[in-house]
Parts: sequence; C-alpha cells; structure tokens
Amino acid sequence: MSLLEIEDLHARAGGSEILKGLSLGVRPGEVHAVMGPNGSGKSTLANVLAGRPSVEVTSGKVLFGGRNLVEMAPEERAREGIFLAFQYPVEIPGVTNLYFLKAALNAIRKHRGEAELDAMDFLKLAREKMKLVEMDEKMMGRAVNEGFSGGEKKRNEVLQMAILEPRLAVLDETDSGLDIDALKIVSKGVNSLRSPERSMIVITHYQRLLDYIVPDFVHVLAGGRIVRSGGKELASELEEQGYAWIEKGAAPR
Amino acid sequence: MTPGESLEHLANREYKWGFVTDIETDSVPAGLSEDVIRLISSKKQEPEWLLEWRLKAYRRWLEMPEPEWSSVRFPPIDYQAIVYYSAPKQKKKLESLDEVDPKLLETYEKLGIPLGEQKRLAGVAVDAVFDSVSVATTFREELSKKGILFCSFSEAVREHPELVREYLGSVVPYSDNKHAALNSAVFTDGSFVYVPKGVRCPMELSTYFRINAANTGQFERTLIIADEGSYVSYLEGCTAPQRDENQLHAAVVELVALERAEIKYSTVQNWYPGDAEGRGGIYNFVTKRGKCAGRASKISWTQVETGSAITWKYPSCILLGDDSIGEFYSVALTANRQQADTGTKMIHIGKNTRSTIVSKGISTGHGQNAYRGQVRVQKGADGARNYSQCDSLLIGDRCGAHTFPYLEVRNPTATVEHEATTSKIGEDQLFYCQQRGISAEDAVSMIVNGFCKQVLKELPMEFAVEAQKLLGVSLEGSVG
Repeated sequence: MSLLEIEDLHARAGGSEILKGLSLGVRPGEVHAVMGPNGSGKSTLANVLAGRPSVEVTSGKVLFGGRNLVEMAPEERAREGIFLAFQYPVEIPGVTNLYFLKAALNAIRKHRGEAELDAMDFLKLAREKMKLVEMDEKMMGRAVNEGFSGGEKKRNEVLQMAILEPRLAVLDETDSGLDIDALKIVSKGVNSLRSPERSMIVITHYQRLLDYIVPDFVHVLAGGRIVRSGGKELASELEEQGYAWIEKGAAPR
Repeated sequence: MTPGESLEHLANREYKWGFVTDIETDSVPAGLSEDVIRLISSKKQEPEWLLEWRLKAYRRWLEMPEPEWSSVRFPPIDYQAIVYYSAPKQKKKLESLDEVDPKLLETYEKLGIPLGEQKRLAGVAVDAVFDSVSVATTFREELSKKGILFCSFSEAVREHPELVREYLGSVVPYSDNKHAALNSAVFTDGSFVYVPKGVRCPMELSTYFRINAANTGQFERTLIIADEGSYVSYLEGCTAPQRDENQLHAAVVELVALERAEIKYSTVQNWYPGDAEGRGGIYNFVTKRGKCAGRASKISWTQVETGSAITWKYPSCILLGDDSIGEFYSVALTANRQQADTGTKMIHIGKNTRSTIVSKGISTGHGQNAYRGQVRVQKGADGARNYSQCDSLLIGDRCGAHTFPYLEVRNPTATVEHEATTSKIGEDQLFYCQQRGISAEDAVSMIVNGFCKQVLKELPMEFAVEAQKLLGVSLEGSVG
C-alpha cells in the first residue's frame, strides 16, 4: 500500500493555478525524484504536502497513510511524520537550535505517546546525529539558522530530519546554493537516513544531486502535471536534453 | 482567519488577575485640595516638614502643564473624580504578620505572593502594598540583622526621618513633571530600602503593588539608598482588577547609589490593560530615576511591561560619579488598544561613565509602542560611552512601533552608538516551526521569547519565570 497517494491534485498559489491534475504514489522505502523547469510547480507540491497556508488545494485527493492530508494542520502533518527540508530555511533570532529541535522532537514524541526527552538525553541524541552531517557541536548553541551560511542551513535541515525521523521526507531543492563539498556532506547525511520504512521525495532542478542521492523513480513535472515518469536513467536523459523538449511539447528520443 | 489575525489572536491573552477583594476600607472623599492633602498627612501622622513639602508640590502641580511631548493619547484626566487615599480598615496596630486580615493574605496568595510564615517565597522579602498602604513586609528581622532597612515608606518617615528627609526628592524633585508633582503631593505609601556600607543584601527585596478599590489612584513612592560598597537587587510587581473605568497610577521611584554601590531594579508590570475595545485599564504614569552619586557605582533597570492601558515611563540614570555605570533593559508588550511610550535617559556627567540601553518593543492588535530615549553627554564627561539597541517586533498589521532616540553629545571624547531594527513575526517563521511539529501557539511564544532573550536574562531567576509566563513563553531555552 502507498504511504502517500496523490490523485488529480489541483492547487493555487499567489492567485493562479499552479498544480493542474498531479498524480503520484509513493510506497514505504521509495525515493522519488521530482524534476522540472522553474515554475513547473515543484515547490508548490512540497508546500501542499507540508500544508503552507498560502497554498490552496482546490480539488483532488492527498492521502497520507490513508488519512486525508488536506484537512490536517501543518503541525499535525509534521507529528504524523511529514518532514519538509526547506529550500530557504527560516531564521529565528534568540531561539537556540538546541531548544528549537528539542521542542520539535518532544512535540512529535508526545503525539506518538512516547516520553519526552530531557535536556541531557536530547543532547546525547543530537551529538550522535550531528556526526552524520559533520556539524560542529557549537551550532547547537546558536540561534536557529541565524548567521548560518547557505551550506550550514542545508546541513541543519538534514540534521533536523535525522533527529525527527520522519516517515516521508520532502527535500525542496536541497542542492541549491551548495558547493560540491557541501553537496557531498548533505547527500551522505540523506543517504544514511534511507530505510525500508522511510520514503523521500527529492525535488531538484538539476540532475547533479541525483548522482549522490540515487532515486528509485524520477518524475518530470511540467505545467503543473507529471508529464513523464521513469527510473533513475531518466535523470541523465534530462541532463543531456535539457527541459526544452517539454516546452516544445514533444517527447525526446 | 488570515494568518495575521490568527497570530494576533495567539498573542492576546486573557487577564487572570482581574478579581476584586471585598474588604472594608477607610477612604477619603474623591477630589484633590490642600485639605485632602492635610487629611492624608494627618492620617499618617506625619511631621510638619513633610506636609509642607507635599503642599509645595501641590501648588507647583496646579501650575504645571500636562506633559504632551509623548505619543500616547487619552482624554483629559478628571483629577477631582479620583480618590487619593483608600486603605483596608485595620482595627488595631499589627504586631506580626499573623494579624494581617486573612482576606488580604488570601488576595496575595491568589496573586502568587504568599505572605504567611509557612508559605512565603524563599530568598525573597516582600512588601505588600494594597491600594494606598503597605499591609505587610516579610523577612524584616533577618534583614535588620545585617543592618538593612526594608519597610513601608510611612514607617520610614516615622522611624528613619533623617534618611528620608535627606534623600526624598533628591533624585526626582517634585517640580520634575506634572505626574511627579502629583505623586509628591499625595503619595500614601511605598517601599523604603537602606543598605549600609559594605553590605551585600542576601536576598531579593520586592514590593507587590495591588490596586483594589474602584475610582482610586495609586500613588506610591519608593526610595532605595545603597551606601558605599553595598549591593541590592529589588523587584516590583503589580496587578489590578478588571474595570471599565481607567485608573491612575502615578508613582515615583528614586535610587541613590553611593561609591562602588550597585542597585539592580527590576519591574514586572502587569496592571490591567483594558479590554479588546480599549475600555478601562490603568494609566501607568511613572517617574523612575537613579543617581549614581559615587565613583564606580552602578544602577541597572530591567523592566517587563505587559500591562496598563497606557505606559509612560522612562527609568533613567544620572551618572554623576566617575566610572559609574547605567543600564536599561526593557521589554514592552502592547496588545489590543494598549499604548506604551517608554525608554530611558542616560545623563553622563562623570568621567569614563558608561551606559547600555537594550529596548525590545512587541506590538500586536492595535497596540502602539514607542521607544523614547535620551543619551546626554555633558562637557566634563571625558571618555563617556553609550551603546543603545532598540528592536521592535510587530505581530499583525494594525499595530505600530516607533523609535525616538535623542542624542546630545557635548564632549568630543565620547562614544555613542545606536542600533535599531524592526521585524515582523512572519508567516514563514510560524510555518517553519509548525512544520517541525510545534503548535502555532508555542511557536509564537518561542519567537517572542527569542526576541526578548537579551532582556529576560537580566531578571532574577524567580521573576524571569513570572515574566516569561506573562509573555506567554516557557522558561527553558530563554534563560541561561
């Protein structure tokens, strides 16, 4: 059974219809890459899944673990196991990374009926997870994303994912703004989190990321719909041909 | 609800301290005249010199205009409709705390300030002021063993007249401004502290102000004197019943720090703010000033202002002694129709004097929040330094934040720095927190908490807890 089931999804953002009949199924353990040109609706898809208030679902169905996702508040989705790695992580001055992450983890644990972690136990867990993304412990004492470099922000997103252990992780252009070294570290962190129970949707404009995070499926999004799906080889095809064929309305080969 | 509205909704909380204590009172009729002042003075069995001082203040008050330079707006106050003295009826002179009217003890307990021997707060001595008078002061004996005087102002007038006479009006003269003149004419009680030479006060001293009676103003006066090389940390808290009419609170606080002495003065102000439509609430018109009289003395003001319909206060430092230090840390929250015009004055007179100003304004609803601060460096203040930082946080789009810094530097060796920022709790910040599983309510608290962190960490631990509750924020992560 699918963990995520999207059927004929239509959604509006910024006053216009962006998604126009998108369908996608993701089973546990699968990694799906969603590629497409700018403005094709990639980030809107990520925002629909996470429940950003400025994006409105006008029709269609989104089921997560059999439940209607559209009716759930953003925090409820997060507690049920949806994680969005933001394209532009937000700064929260004066709130330490440590406090923020502990509050997040405990909100999720509470929802699952697990005991909340105290400061000591949390720090132990955080230390262990920080190794995955080669992050310095000092980052825990700094305010959330404040004064972080682009690479540090993205690593911090992956760290959060490692700590919160979602069932479905949506990575929204996690590769944007990263140099090759940072890209390798981030990818290594993401790969270490792949498991038979955890699914991922990796949104990217470039094939480059998929050299490091190798997907099971690749989908091409254009004009608010998935126009083509295939295996990982589809990504390399796109790399060679570019997105121009979509705009011309013809399939390559 | 739009995201802006839901943010505002989260930031507007109910006022939980709005109850009224049903107690018999001894009040004077409403209205202000020389006769009323004589009556108050005689009720308090005051010496002649104090009555004369009051009357001089009253005559000055009659001539003075209302201060109109601030940005707060309200209809003219009818001073003749206010009751200037109201005290709980007392059958006889109290010998100990056990004789305090149980209704009063109960009131303070409800407010979270237990006064009884068994339950009182460890490490904090409390003077409880109810309407016009002090009803109890805890830990007095323990303090007096170290020579520290901590009592109601009335008692200080009776028992330590020489100290009161020397320092009363020495920092805030009765002619300072109209509200200070009114206070000088009619003040009824307040707290008095004297810390002798070289003594470090072993516990926090605090006063809890409660307005209870209707149509009554509260005019208290606090005087703190820290003698050479001494240290004291003092805190005040305040609440009032929920009423549709505005009530006036015009207090005066004077601090004197002698050579190498340090006074840390913290306020958690939670007067009734009025309802969502702006009906009722306290007019909090307060004059607070400290004098760093001696060399290397230090006065530090920390305030968390969450209540009152209108807040008009500028806790200030006169840095007279060479190497003296003045600090001002402030959080002012205005929700609904609340208005705050607050800030500080740092007057650098001595050489190498230093001051720090950190002001955090939070506005939501139709709240209007102004920072108004003056930094003045006099001619002789060689090497004076000031750093000011004013940050404003807006929640929703109908509120306002304003910053009015006045810098006046007459010494070329002085260094004065000013930084200001304005930010909004954005939908983005809120969504980011929610996406991590944190509820919208907790997210707003967390963001506000982070914004105020620099100021909250200046509060004594016990009160940081209280202040964070008022700001709807949790303790962890903000302190320490």
